[in-house]
Amino acid sequence: MKKTMYEKIWDSHLVVEVPGQAPLLYVDRHLMHEVTSPQAFEGLRLANRKVRNPHSILATMDHCVPTKDRDLPIADPIAKKQIETMANNCQENGLNLYDMKNPNNGVIHIVVPEHGFVHPGMVVVCGDSHTATHGAFGALAFGIGTSEVEHVMVSQTLPQQKSKTMLIQIDGELSKYASAKDIALAITGKIGTAGGTGHVIEYAGDAITALSMEGRMTLCNMAIEAGARAGLVAPDQKTYDYLKGREFTPSGKNWDAALAYWKSLPSDDGAKFDTVVELNASKIEPQVTWGTSPEQVTGVTDIIPAPEDFDDEIKRQACTNALDYMGLKAHTKITDIPVDLIFIGSCTNGRIEDFRIAAEVTKGKKVAQGVTAIAVPGSYHVKQQAEEEGLDKIFIDAGWEWREPGCSMCLAMNGDELTVGQRSASTSNRNFEGRQGKGGRTHLVSPAMAAAAASAGHFVDIRNL
Amino acid sequence: MEPYKKHESIAALLNRSNVDTDQIIPKQFLKKVERSGFGKHLFHDWRFNDDGSENTDFELNKSTFKGAKILVAGDNFGCGSSREHAPWAIADYGFNTIISSSYADIFFNNCFKNSILPIVATKKQLASLMKEISENEGVRFIVDLENQELTTPANNGFTFEIDPFRKENLAKGLDDIGLTLLQTDKIDQYEEKHKQSYPWLWV
Ligand code: SF4
Repeated sequence: MKKTMYEKIWDSHLVVEVPGQAPLLYVDRHLMHEVTSPQAFEGLRLANRKVRNPHSILATMDHCVPTKDRDLPIADPIAKKQIETMANNCQENGLNLYDMKNPNNGVIHIVVPEHGFVHPGMVVVCGDSHTATHGAFGALAFGIGTSEVEHVMVSQTLPQQKSKTMLIQIDGELSKYASAKDIALAITGKIGTAGGTGHVIEYAGDAITALSMEGRMTLCNMAIEAGARAGLVAPDQKTYDYLKGREFTPSGKNWDAALAYWKSLPSDDGAKFDTVVELNASKIEPQVTWGTSPEQVTGVTDIIPAPEDFDDEIKRQACTNALDYMGLKAHTKITDIPVDLIFIGSCTNGRIEDFRIAAEVTKGKKVAQGVTAIAVPGSYHVKQQAEEEGLDKIFIDAGWEWREPGCSMCLAMNGDELTVGQRSASTSNRNFEGRQGKGGRTHLVSPAMAAAAASAGHFVDIRNL
Repeated sequence: MEPYKKHESIAALLNRSNVDTDQIIPKQFLKKVERSGFGKHLFHDWRFNDDGSENTDFELNKSTFKGAKILVAGDNFGCGSSREHAPWAIADYGFNTIISSSYADIFFNNCFKNSILPIVATKKQLASLMKEISENEGVRFIVDLENQELTTPANNGFTFEIDPFRKENLAKGLDDIGLTLLQTDKIDQYEEKHKQSYPWLWV
């Protein structure tokens, strides 16, 4: 039988199927951060259980960490407690933790690939929905809840129901300055935030093969915003080149064996998917979200829709509510929307490529008056690389703040946040009400679009710069 | 989880209907990093006065109910949000059995994940139990899970229903994890095979 990549990974990880219970799936890698793990560790202690495979776990601190004045004690006592708890839990269980002071520290989904911890064909979990990022390597990676975190620590398995498969075929060439982020947003716009529900997405086509590993990570990261459990891209030469020589990447004889296995993973020609969606990359403009859901998105040359533009009653109501919350009028041109704050960072767009393109757009310009612009590298390694390339100077000279790594304004848990009514152009992944701070208004864009908005003070079509 | 054993214990009476999870554990206590320690906040807003002192009017603060493991409560117990902090708080306070005529669905399910036996009584049975406790505060009931039997000194006991699968898990102290661990042999075998097929994952 012809199999999809998802089916191949599923079949090779099936431990046992007990009648009347969900199939047990083996987990190769378990990623952790400070927010969703404490109760799971507590559960272990109470039940007097042990972590089955400590080597399968890599942990970081990212959600609550400050992005400036790292040397000072954390001001928020609850955040402080969470950070300390994480450190103790990892120490007690002998887990590899990149704590706040560690040179490898950063956002979990940025750090993990940097060290080659995830390979093609693995099953990867984390108490975090954006675990989907690692699908860029052809690994089945998905988010889980706190009880499941405990379950995996103890048993290295999870009871799982098999998902449906969706193929998103994207052919054609992206225009200059349109990026993986724009593909991700365009997909969410097309199929909606529930479009991928119950599915694992496989992204394929020329436009996907043309993406760098960083781009593929951005794309898979947002599979969750399209409602899917996970996203996958078939491994190819770019994947192998990216992995080669990293800390946890196999070497020597193991490399050859691993490579042979990885090459067997892509979906067989003619394998059947439950759902197929097609997009033409050349038609994808730089995208800007205008509402409070990632599906409320349009091209930069477009206007904000009006409620009556939607046939569906629920969408009409959602549009009304979103415009109200966002303080926007229907039919305003996207390029007429002013911005107060720019955020470049997060596990969606906090990688070196993201800062390179943003710096290219920023070079020789100044941040517009009244606008605050912050650049938060996804990890210390990204920060260091950017500094070696002199990108930090470009940002600082233009009036940007160049910060320490962390989740920062992606979810505004560490004190970096929007104030009521403040409007951001953000490279993160969620524009829900209050996501970046109570009453804050978020527009999701690519790094290039964010950088262009910083110097213009409003959205601009970067293709015209 | 603790295996649920036959026990004799004081039955406390909370004669209120529609006790919701917000009352069981108010939201200001959900920020903790532990799963334990919620017991001291159980029924917080009923149990304590504004100045933090014990509210002597609250039923469960009666000395006759101290150390109770059985909670007898009114209809539709545990309605409201899905927070598992509610059963966490109940168990941590010391209850392992609830008797009511009905429960909110999610709460009912959550009980079994936390070694709590929620016994479903008929309205009539519940009324008799409540009467027996009011007339003799501090009375002790016997709960026998194996035989699905509740026994009381004034003979208001009855046989109760429970899903056989859940009964077994409760009696053996098995949670989802416990169930999976029953497959440990299979996991070991799989892992051995996995090591040979993908040796690079283990270096
Ligand atoms: S950057 Fe944002 S989406 Fe990514 S892990 Fe952190 S909070 Fe979650």
